[in-house]
Amino acid sequence: MRSQNCFRIVIPTLIVALLLSMWPLPVWLEYARPEWMVLVIIYWALAMPEQIGVTVAWVVGLLLDVTQGAILGQHAVGLVLVIFIINTQYQRIRVFSLAQQALVVLLLLLIKQVLVLWVSGIVGQAPDIGLYFLPALTGAIIWPWLFIVLRDLRRRFTISRSF
Amino acid sequence: MQPLFLQGPSVTLRTILLVIFSIVVMVADHRWHALETVRGAIESYVVYPLRYTVNLPSRLVDWGDESLSSHQKLLDDNRKLQEQQLRAQVSLQKLSVLEKENDRLRDMLSAQPKVGELVLVAEILGIDLDPYKQQVILNKGHNKDVYIGQPIIDAWGVMGQVTHLGDFSSTALLISDPSHAIPVQVNRSGLRSTAFGTGNSQQLELRYIPHNADLEIGDVINTSGLGGRFPPNYPVGRIISIDRPTGESFATVLAEPVAHLDRSREVLLVWHKLQVKDVGASQQGDMVVKGEKK
Repeated sequence: MRSQNCFRIVIPTLIVALLLSMWPLPVWLEYARPEWMVLVIIYWALAMPEQIGVTVAWVVGLLLDVTQGAILGQHAVGLVLVIFIINTQYQRIRVFSLAQQALVVLLLLLIKQVLVLWVSGIVGQAPDIGLYFLPALTGAIIWPWLFIVLRDLRRRFTISRSF
Repeated sequence: MQPLFLQGPSVTLRTILLVIFSIVVMVADHRWHALETVRGAIESYVVYPLRYTVNLPSRLVDWGDESLSSHQKLLDDNRKLQEQQLRAQVSLQKLSVLEKENDRLRDMLSAQPKVGELVLVAEILGIDLDPYKQQVILNKGHNKDVYIGQPIIDAWGVMGQVTHLGDFSSTALLISDPSHAIPVQVNRSGLRSTAFGTGNSQQLELRYIPHNADLEIGDVINTSGLGGRFPPNYPVGRIISIDRPTGESFATVLAEPVAHLDRSREVLLVWHKLQVKDVGASQQGDMVVKGEKK
């Protein structure tokens, strides 16, 4: 593995994810917008757990906090815990089928959303719960396609041979 | 294949440290507002270029719309605007007479002179933020002497206030956000209250109003100027429902904001009171002085 090369592809994909997470959508779709940044960082943590660890996840989370106007650290703490789970379980998750992986991703996205919701609740700005977990569901539905796209990208740039 | 743990602390230890660090950062940001400069730096130099990119298509559409509109449409627009201008001019004439009279009366009472306000037009960027928060991004920031807490208004009424500041952009919280409250006064009766956001851009809630308060549906509420953050006498909303449940100590009063919170593209940043002096002379060219400065 060439660690100096890996960010050449990771950073552009994260930028695209950040653009997608700000792209204007019709109001009825807004509540279903998947958390692109989280999905992309989950993929890279699965593919290269040595390079994309909790520290990178924290920095990405802080970026997410600034773009969303959230309290600094709110998304960061959620992302750190999600990537921690991946960092300890990636060998197991890698051998799953795409459908099984989508289920795991659903679970991880839910964990992250619950953590963000907790912090919002503690500072007294808890949002209406009605559609709150919809992004986790759309994220899990999109996962197989995102996985294939990112895997092909990674193979083209031959970053790592495993996974 | 490299060994799993090269050197340095283990993943678990790093995670625990980062979680603790996150909590410290959250407390520092939320309680002490100590990290506004960090947020401003990230916003200006990392996020803003991306926001600008996201906003480009809608700007292109606007530009295309402008440059492809027909001669006839432009003529129609021009005629309509001229009519509007004429009507505004007429009401302004009356207003200036009233203003003179008001000043004279104030002089007679030796009351505090009214202060002028500076305004600057800012554009709302076409960007989606957290759908559970009522926020907008404006294309003016520290470079135009925008400050945190600055009121923003549109052509119809008060919209909100600036909460985060970058060098080239700023984030504003709308009056309809659940964490926002604005001191208001009922125009007809002078009753003071506070209008809280509800998370719905069509609704504000007036709290702590007793059952016997002089209030009617259709009453206009203005900013009261108490608290010093918002300039007084800007329209905020109109009362749409009053419910006086027996057994509760306060009435449930809902108002509808008069500002077009979810439709406006252009807003005005307002400098009022002492802040007028702080504005750099270089910026004055872009700004319009509202009312006479005394």
